[in-house]
Amino acid sequence: MAIKAEHINYVYGKGTAFEQHALKDVNLEIEAGEFVGLIGHTGSGKSTLIQHLNGLLRATDGKLYYNGRNIYEEGYDMRALRSHVGLVFQYPEHQLFEIDVFTDVCFGPKNQGLNKEEAAKRAKEALTMVGLDESYYKRSPFELSGGQKRRVAIAGVLAMNPDVLILDEPTAGLDPKGRDEILDQIKRLHEERNMTIILVSHSMEDVARYVDRILVMNHGEKVFDDTPKEVFQHYKELEAMGLAAPEITYVVQTLKSHGVPIDTSITTIEEARDEIIRLLGK
Amino acid sequence: MLKDITLGQYYPVDSILHKLDPRTKLFGTMVFIISLFIANDIWAYVIATVFLASAIKLSNVPLKFMVRGLKAIVFLLLISVSFNLFLTPGTAVVSLGFLKITKEGMIVAGFMGIRLIYLVVGSSIMTLTTTPNQLTDGLEKSLDFLNRFHVPVHEVSMMMSIALRFIPILVEETDKIMKAQMARGADFETGNLIQKAKNMIPLLVPLFISAFRRATDLAMAMEARCYRGGEGRTKMKPLKYGNQDRVTYLVYVLYLAAIIGLRILRVQIF
Ligand SMILES: Nc1ncnc2c1ncn2[C@@H]1O[C@H](COP(=O)(O)OP(=O)(O)OP(=O)(O)O)[C@@H](O)[C@H]1O
Ligand SMILES: [Mg+2]
Repeated sequence: MAIKAEHINYVYGKGTAFEQHALKDVNLEIEAGEFVGLIGHTGSGKSTLIQHLNGLLRATDGKLYYNGRNIYEEGYDMRALRSHVGLVFQYPEHQLFEIDVFTDVCFGPKNQGLNKEEAAKRAKEALTMVGLDESYYKRSPFELSGGQKRRVAIAGVLAMNPDVLILDEPTAGLDPKGRDEILDQIKRLHEERNMTIILVSHSMEDVARYVDRILVMNHGEKVFDDTPKEVFQHYKELEAMGLAAPEITYVVQTLKSHGVPIDTSITTIEEARDEIIRLLGK
Repeated sequence: MLKDITLGQYYPVDSILHKLDPRTKLFGTMVFIISLFIANDIWAYVIATVFLASAIKLSNVPLKFMVRGLKAIVFLLLISVSFNLFLTPGTAVVSLGFLKITKEGMIVAGFMGIRLIYLVVGSSIMTLTTTPNQLTDGLEKSLDFLNRFHVPVHEVSMMMSIALRFIPILVEETDKIMKAQMARGADFETGNLIQKAKNMIPLLVPLFISAFRRATDLAMAMEARCYRGGEGRTKMKPLKYGNQDRVTYLVYVLYLAAIIGLRILRVQIF
């Protein structure tokens, strides 16, 4: 497996008046090549959890393994870990600093020790992936729109060519088209390069459409860990946590309660369409 | 990592001291500091200790947090205590080569140490029980009279409270950007001084940009709500003395009278 966490606990501000137990006994395993969604209401500990996965935060208690090795053991190379596990932060556009877009994207590969040509090649690939063409290369990152900055920042992590890519709400504040483009691109990376993806999202529709497995966080604890179909069956409990299932779940559940023999494990509009056509055709 | 720095260090619990008017606490801290410099008698120090201990007790803040401030002055404390210990002339008690410890030196050093510790602990009680905003409010109101001499008291205190408000925000922001760059392989720890300074660029540029962005946003938001300086401005929560403040002031008067009385009545010890 790629990542395995055992009994992870994390307390912010330990020993101060502002102690905050942000993660409580979290266990999880993520296999190489999986596409996992991480959902949970605001403040449930999603961002805290993913910062453990590349060693930016050190668990107050618990163990974390990457490819079978305990990352907390003496002498573990954290910088190497960070180039295998790429992390795109929430609002990553705030981390841009170089004079132009291209140099900024080169920052990661250069830190990995690649030479100029290799770094440039990686940067080019990454920028193409996020849909920015050469006309952007020499522009200052600060004069771009919010969505364009977001793409540059994502490219900055993609250029490091990580094995595991973690994205913390990569689509927050983007228009529907931009959102679909970015998510489709991530999907493609997953399929073509077999990259392991962890996607933090508030949008149940996105999660239902793209991921193989969902982890649900609530008040620092992992409460569900299953396929979207299974997790969205618990839509009542999700609601109690301040979350919701995709709209379509409500449609099929309502149809079912009115006596329509519909399959309630449907999570996307396309599936629902096919199922309804099948039912009508009968 | 950076989050562990406690700045402004307000400790949010409920206590009598937390409820006092900030001016009362400011004034009390001043009284206490002055009393430490007047006191030169063992009994005066006993009274000061009782005063401080009751304040600590009433504040409901764990002692651990009071003492934390002392870490910053450990060095200063050591130097001033040892200077006094070794360099005060008088009857020698112990002598180590050219260094000798005198009886007078021990007394002076002892009182000096206590005085410094009390100073720090005494002022941390104020900052631990008063939010930075209350503190600037209190200062603004106490320094009101300076307005007559055309000192822009309101503007200065507004600047102070904004600056104080921004410290935790900037610390948080620094932490975030640092992590984001570390995720991209940035290294803030190794290398020589020049290397380290260079490595700070990916941190400082975004930090400055965000600070300026926040500043313009804030200015815009204040304009949009018709802020135009202190003149004729009323407060949502005007400072008002209550009974507990009056009682506290009475305690101050008694305390200071006792300390001064002792100074006048008693023989000096140094
Ligand atoms: N730097 C910090 N210092 C102290 N407490 C923090 C810090 N960051 C987060 N917390 C606290 O930890 C808890 C979990 O926060 P976290 O950022 O992981 O939530 P999240 O699930 O990512 O939320 P969101 O959906 O809003 O991004 C929250 O209660 C938050 O207040
Ligand atoms: Mg978050």
